Amino acid sequence: MFYRSVFPRDLLSELDRLQREMQQSYEFSPSIRGLARGGFPAMNVGNTPHSVEIYAFAPGIDPAAIDVQLEKGVLTIAGERASLMPPKEANATVHIDERFSGRFRRVVTLSDDADPNGVSAKYRDGVLHVSVQRRQAAQPRRISIE
Amino acid sequence: MSDNTNVTRKPEAPASDMALLPPVDVIEDAGGITLYADLPGVPKDKLNLQIEGDTLTIEGEVSLDVPEGMESSHAEVNLPRYRRMFTLSKELDANKVSAEFNQGALKLRIPKAEHAQPRKIEIAVT
Repeated sequence: MFYRSVFPRDLLSELDRLQREMQQSYEFSPSIRGLARGGFPAMNVGNTPHSVEIYAFAPGIDPAAIDVQLEKGVLTIAGERASLMPPKEANATVHIDERFSGRFRRVVTLSDDADPNGVSAKYRDGVLHVSVQRRQAAQPRRISIE
Repeated sequence: MSDNTNVTRKPEAPASDMALLPPVDVIEDAGGITLYADLPGVPKDKLNLQIEGDTLTIEGEVSLDVPEGMESSHAEVNLPRYRRMFTLSKELDANKVSAEFNQGALKLRIPKAEHAQPRKIEIAVT
């Protein structure tokens, strides 16, 4: 598994975060799919009353090469990012090698009210934004009191 | 007992100053150095590259399409800014840096100055 964050913060805020994570680790129970954080692409998830918004931070990829699938309430984002490392025979030295390359796959379990017919995906500035609509019935309604 | 509160924590750095560290690849060949950096979510006009003296600063503001009223439930990119600095060595020509930025992926090429280009040195054996 990945133990290093894709986007670490600077040292002081890293120490701050470490302190918080140690406090939280007492109630740590990992997901069945491994650590929830740290893989590629990095992910943000948000909710609105009408939709679930998923942001996958996958820069420098041809959007045609990203595979997004929604099956049985599980959203899968998969693809491959080519390595930019020089070939062995090139007379070059690699000083820092931190960027992800190779095949990737990340999975998000959606809530039960996600509508498989209401999915849209956009790729802009290296971020894949998947928006999944919620089913009408599940949306909050104001109930009037007679 | 005194009321001295010096032991309490100092206030954290202002939120506007905290930034994520973008991952980079740095590759050197005979002609110079190529740097690749991942800055997903940064539009072209929010990318800021700066060379001051021998310090290279890469900075970018994240801008996402967030629908109104969205509540974040899980965030791995949890600051709206990337920043990373490098110290350049003096054989690099800071005036001839070229940059490409495509879908959140930055490519910087920093050539070596003319006088620093490699030359094969003949060893005279007498």
